[in-house]
Amino acid sequence: MAEAMTMDRPAATGASMLEVRNLEAWYGESHVLHGMNIDIRQGEVVTLLGRNGAGKTSTLRAIMGLTGRRSGSIRFEGQETIGLRPDLIARAGIAYCPEERGIFASLDVTENLMLPPVIAPGGLSIEEIYTLFPNLKERARSQGTKLSGGEQQMLAIARILRTGARLLLLDEPSEGLAPVIVQQIGAMIRNIKQRGFTVLLVEQNFRFAQTVADRHYVVEHGRVVDEVANHELTASLDRLHEYLGV
Amino acid sequence: MEDLLFEIQLALPQVILGVINGAFYALLSLGLAVIFGMLNVINFAHGAQFTLGAFVAWMLLSWLGIGYWPALILAPLIVGAIGVAMERAMISRLYRIDHLYGLLLTFGCALVIEGVLRNNFGSSGQRYAPPREFGALDLELGDFFLPGYRVWVLIAATTVCLATWLVIEKTKVGSYLRAATERPQLVQAFGINVPLMMTLTYGAGVALAAFAGVLAAPIYSVSPAMGANFIITVFAVVVIGGMGSIAGSIVTGFMLGLIQGITEVFWPEASQTVVFVIMAIVLLTRPAGLFGRA
Repeated sequence: MAEAMTMDRPAATGASMLEVRNLEAWYGESHVLHGMNIDIRQGEVVTLLGRNGAGKTSTLRAIMGLTGRRSGSIRFEGQETIGLRPDLIARAGIAYCPEERGIFASLDVTENLMLPPVIAPGGLSIEEIYTLFPNLKERARSQGTKLSGGEQQMLAIARILRTGARLLLLDEPSEGLAPVIVQQIGAMIRNIKQRGFTVLLVEQNFRFAQTVADRHYVVEHGRVVDEVANHELTASLDRLHEYLGV
Repeated sequence: MEDLLFEIQLALPQVILGVINGAFYALLSLGLAVIFGMLNVINFAHGAQFTLGAFVAWMLLSWLGIGYWPALILAPLIVGAIGVAMERAMISRLYRIDHLYGLLLTFGCALVIEGVLRNNFGSSGQRYAPPREFGALDLELGDFFLPGYRVWVLIAATTVCLATWLVIEKTKVGSYLRAATERPQLVQAFGINVPLMMTLTYGAGVALAAFAGVLAAPIYSVSPAMGANFIITVFAVVVIGGMGSIAGSIVTGFMLGLIQGITEVFWPEASQTVVFVIMAIVLLTRPAGLFGRA
């Protein structure tokens, strides 16, 4: 917990790095986001909390351009990205780690790691990656999907740290992992925050979210219904229990 | 013992011809596999694009005096460019709907291409003489004579198949291709222009068919139906190897050519059928194909 306390220092200040306004999104006929509003400042770790089906994953996918029709506004570092293709959004500096991790079975670990192209300087070097994730070096030649769940999650995050993207969208990195692995993932998120990355994290597990984040948005029915600073989280537990149904 | 030697001598030409057919199966099914893997489209126009490769080589020679060697490069480029235009103008509009529509569209394209060729050049076929220098590769083994050009076809087809396999399995571009075959959306979310990759992949698959067409031009007469004759067997090869498997399509192509050749020796009437019998058995026992991921 000592480590978590240090995260309670004031969040980074300044203008928003990501500014989401009235974001609506559809998958075919189904309307999944109903006017999301999110602000993330440079250097912050922000979570989206909420129940299953609240629209957390859809928000990340919509920011990335992976849903169907979208409307509203998503400004990243001042640039409007709502009309862009996913590859151009990625090139603007946003990287995405999907919920199911998205490790490629037909690629070995190294190929998986090196797959996302470097889009800007400032990413981690391969040596830094191997220092952070020694398993990835040991298992370099293994098929990507032969790794354990935790290793696959590490690989999925490691490969987007290389690219020079400044905003990372992480979808439930703790999901389905043993507690000791979840702790490692938490330590890693704190580490990359120290290195200046900005993170938007989707979580169901708010006890985990509490150890890494500066702020939390609560999502319900495809919109933000509440916002809690991390240092107020303990005081707001009752409210959260109601939202999350836990 | 003498009898056996005699048998082998009789069998050898058929077996070698079978392997040469297998080289064409391998080249064609490789292109189909690459296209199917990336675009999820069963390219029924593949036979017509093979034919088009042969005709472009023939046109280059008879109209412009451009010979075999330049045609071996130019014809795949030209037909590949036609493929790129087809993908942009038509096929790319069908990705969001059922595969069946892509199949119907490319089948329609095949009929149009064949019809246009038949209308302009008749159905009897044109002769395309192989360059003389292939005489140097002529092989004589006892009574058996293998024209040098067929030796070249084996070398060229094997080389191109291997090179394609190496590019897909061992290079960075190949890793994009393999990854995009699994999860195109995620690969695009990493900043890779997947729609462009799909267009170029289709062009490359079509260029492989055209390359096979140029190789075939001096062996078979250049006629509008030459591709249709091959493509039915090639689809059986693809099904046996496993849809979308790169190595599988190459190995299965050569293997089935060989099996056809051997059948030709022992039971000539069955040689055209044997591939489809194998296909039926594979479908019943391993529906994903010999090399497919179930």
